[in-house]
Amino acid sequence: MDNLEELAGEARAAIEAAGDGAALEQLRVDYLGKKGRVTALLKGLGKLSAEERPAAGARINEVKESLQGLIAGRKAALDTAAVAERLAGEAIDVTLPGRGEGTGSLHPVTRTIERMEDFFSAVGFEIAEGPEIEDDYHNFEALNFPPNHPARAEHDTFFVDEGTVLRTHTSPVQVRVMESREPPFRIICPGRVYRCDSDLTHTPMFHQVEGLLVDEHSTLADLKGLIEDFLQSFFEQSLAVRFRPSYFPFVEPGAEVDMQCVHCGGEGCRVCSHTGWLEIMGCGMVHPRVFELSGIDPDRYAGFAFGMGVERLAMLRYGVGDLRLFFDNDQRFLAQF
Amino acid sequence: MKISEQWLREWVDPALDSAGLAEQLTMAGLEVDAISPVAGAFEGVVVGEIVSAEQHPDADKLRVCQVKAGGEELLQIVCGAPNARVGLKAPLATVDAELPGDFRIKRAKLRGVESQGMLCAEAELGLSEANEGLMELPPEAIVGQDLRETLGLDDVVIEVDLTPNRADCLGMRGVAREVGALNGIAVCEPLLEPVAATIEDTFPVSLAAPARCPRYVGRVIRGVDLSRPSPLWLQERLRRGGICSIDPVVDITNYLLLELGQPMHAFDLGVLAGGIEVRTARAGETLELLNGNTITLGDSNLVIADERRALALAGIMGGEGSGVGPETTDIFLESAFFAPEHLAGQARSFGLHTDSSHRFERGVDFTLQRPAIERATALLTAIVGGAPGPVVEAVEENALPQREPVLLRAARIERVLGVAIDDGAVERILRGLGLNVEAVDNGWRCGVPPWRFDIAIEADLLEELGRVHGYHRLPATRIRAELAMPRRPETQLSQRRVRRHLAARGYREAITYSFVDRTQQALFDPALAPVALRNPISSDMAVMRTSLIPGLVATAQRNLNRQQPRPRLFETGLRFLPGDDGSLDQRPTLAVLLGGRRQPEGWACSRDAADFYDLKGDLESLFAVTGCEGEFTFAAAERAGLHPGQTAAIHRGAALVGYLGALHPETLAALDLDRPLYVAELDLAALLDARLPAFAPVSRFPEIRRDLAVIVDREVTAAAIMADVRATAGPYFKELTLFDVYAGKGIDPKRKSLALGLTFRDQSRTLDDEEVTEAVKQVIDSLVKNHNAALRG
Repeated sequence: MDNLEELAGEARAAIEAAGDGAALEQLRVDYLGKKGRVTALLKGLGKLSAEERPAAGARINEVKESLQGLIAGRKAALDTAAVAERLAGEAIDVTLPGRGEGTGSLHPVTRTIERMEDFFSAVGFEIAEGPEIEDDYHNFEALNFPPNHPARAEHDTFFVDEGTVLRTHTSPVQVRVMESREPPFRIICPGRVYRCDSDLTHTPMFHQVEGLLVDEHSTLADLKGLIEDFLQSFFEQSLAVRFRPSYFPFVEPGAEVDMQCVHCGGEGCRVCSHTGWLEIMGCGMVHPRVFELSGIDPDRYAGFAFGMGVERLAMLRYGVGDLRLFFDNDQRFLAQF
Repeated sequence: MKISEQWLREWVDPALDSAGLAEQLTMAGLEVDAISPVAGAFEGVVVGEIVSAEQHPDADKLRVCQVKAGGEELLQIVCGAPNARVGLKAPLATVDAELPGDFRIKRAKLRGVESQGMLCAEAELGLSEANEGLMELPPEAIVGQDLRETLGLDDVVIEVDLTPNRADCLGMRGVAREVGALNGIAVCEPLLEPVAATIEDTFPVSLAAPARCPRYVGRVIRGVDLSRPSPLWLQERLRRGGICSIDPVVDITNYLLLELGQPMHAFDLGVLAGGIEVRTARAGETLELLNGNTITLGDSNLVIADERRALALAGIMGGEGSGVGPETTDIFLESAFFAPEHLAGQARSFGLHTDSSHRFERGVDFTLQRPAIERATALLTAIVGGAPGPVVEAVEENALPQREPVLLRAARIERVLGVAIDDGAVERILRGLGLNVEAVDNGWRCGVPPWRFDIAIEADLLEELGRVHGYHRLPATRIRAELAMPRRPETQLSQRRVRRHLAARGYREAITYSFVDRTQQALFDPALAPVALRNPISSDMAVMRTSLIPGLVATAQRNLNRQQPRPRLFETGLRFLPGDDGSLDQRPTLAVLLGGRRQPEGWACSRDAADFYDLKGDLESLFAVTGCEGEFTFAAAERAGLHPGQTAAIHRGAALVGYLGALHPETLAALDLDRPLYVAELDLAALLDARLPAFAPVSRFPEIRRDLAVIVDREVTAAAIMADVRATAGPYFKELTLFDVYAGKGIDPKRKSLALGLTFRDQSRTLDDEEVTEAVKQVIDSLVKNHNAALRG
């Protein structure tokens, strides 16, 4: 029995030193197994006197339990270390770029048209579309541009033949809606339009969004309110907006809309030619002649129409300096939207 | 229209400064584009007169001039201008004068000779670009007077961009009327008194086309002296109006154009024969114009002719050889009215646009011809002398524009403008504009003055009211309407969905021109004759696209040239398909283009080049958005411009809806491209027609999967095999995957192996092995029988 403490010391040291689960198991067998050295001591209790036996048994059991605890502890420590080691081996550089396809993009013109559509549809406008190769009647005559009218000269028109043109504005879509529907209606017509003009500030194709509202009661004041609302929503700024008389054959009264320059806040800069104002759209009350031509009673109904260039809005909104970039489609340009 | 403010203020003088006046005009619809000073900033420049000019002793090109400048003593000025001559009056910048550009004149020695100032050219004073010699001042210029005073240079030019409806403001008189109306103040008109004839001579006038020219007023003036220059004031006013001085007669006709808005013309009476006839041109008749061009006329043209020939293109441009020149002594003045609707487009048809045609096309006051000729006579005789004959007027009253009174209903004012204007203000505004206003029940009857061609209906009057009242004073209100829910079919997708889907898969949206190069178009659609433009902007934008592919390919090409090696692009838009019967289909279309690597370059990304199946997979994912992916099928096809072995026609059901393919190596070569590109084009309608989801219960029972590899001839398509499997796999068959394709070592070179995964499942129970084995056996038997398939061992 005198060697119990020695045996226990030896066992503790071996357990502490065990480097893996297998060594630990071997130690368990060596000391606590059926033929283990501690087990052997328990078996040897019978040789002791009845007086000595309980105390000795208790001491041996104490050692046995303590060794069992140590083995379990050591095993847990080894397991934890093993997991930690595996995890450490599996560590990755989380800052490496991810795998797979990047995100594409919508063209800034589309992006702008969609925003415009969203604002107008929120107040009940529907979206209407129409042909781009258009007849002279719908592009001009029905909009009160008689043949040879000087206002036609301001639309540098592409001709397909005598009576067929590339639409110079999206107004013919409005005509087609007026011809086919009963008022009241509110529509906007986004789309490509064409003018035979190409320089720093003109491309032969560009986009317009035009709007038309026809109802029994609609006034120039309503038009002002709608346009002011739209520009302030679109630019997310409380911009000054001004209406001044202008001329478009299909509206009367007609107006041109200027808004406070978004670049300089109206102080005057290169973008607004130092006027503080940006010309942004044409609009007006639908000309009674236009109503008559499309079969709408101009005494019963009133309406207003407006039209603006999408590229111009996009340029101002996103700070694009050159109109021609929109149709160059450089991926480095497209990627910015 | 360029307006000298000084001149305007002689007519009407509102209490506004230049900027205020410009703002007022702009806000009234006469948009001011610019306000510019009529001369550069300078001071210390006086009228000088050269009294002697000697050769400089040491410089060939310089002269030493003695110049009278108002003081006791002559000033010595060294000058290099070729026109420096004795007797010339010219601007003299004296010592200490400041010229534009902060240039101060100092006493200087030029090649050893002292110069006490500088004689100036127009450009040096910021008056014009002219820099060839000294500015020549006319004899009446007062020596020693400050040039700014002599020329009245403390003035600005207000440049107004007039809309086509406001022809009445194409003359000072109209602008003055407008300013008077806007400010409610009086306008002083110049004297338009008749000038009595001093001779009896007339030249007959007849109107052969009265609908087109209903009024023609003429007058003979004999004995004019065209050697005299136009006076300073006249030259200056023309200059400020943007017109060059030519000779006094032409200058005066141009002055009337600027002042009253009446274009006029002067003929050399000596070359005219018989009488003036305003007539339709004869087909094939030719006329040499003042600009040197000879035009061939037709019966749509109107000419001013004498008994021998056409003299002028009516209302547009005079002819060569009948106008006034330095030798002219007797003139015939023309002041006519040409109907706008008949003149419209005429000038343009000859590629012309003149001050005269600009006005006549838009409308000239048809009562102005006689007053204008009187005014011109008065000015002419005062400047170049001469004896006027009586005025001859040919007129067809019935053919003159008719001005019907326009009724304005009081209630319409608020209904249209959204604000009431009180009756007194309405009448004041309309009268101020020269309308003859008469109150009637619930409104006014308004007579329209002859100078307004833009007031014919009530809406025109409402615009005038709104305009003068001020658009800025109208309220801004919000629209009101019944809020009806829109009808939106769930089975109709929007183009937005398609665009966003492609963008999410890494494609960038492009927008290319709808007109393309005919040759590029022909690469892809040689059989179709595209719609051609009559007036294309250039040959590479000459025909309307029948396909979006050429535009996308050109875009890819441009990006590749700019070191953007991985084009992934799409576009939506119309393509224009002419039918055999002359019809035209403007079809909404989607095109997609893919090239470069399969994935963006990256440490963990595929380095493989993208191929046909990448694009096909993207299309299939797009088809799946409709929920009807099973309706779309691909079949080998051939198409111009595409690789014959790598092109598929795409059907939805029975309808051909598009195609997909690799560019043909020859196409790549023709476009100077060095790597493969894959393109697809689809009818958008086929992508937007979706299925309404209909729920099917999800089975709770396990599924069984069986894989088999079959060897078939290479020509057998996957589609055929898969269709056969689907048709024969029995009621429990649910899904089919083709998970491997192999050809090569270990297999007959004419054959290939397809590995198929079949999934079986039942809704109500667990399937047993025998059932599935039986189903697979059916499949194998069919494949063997129909496709000469063998199971791969």
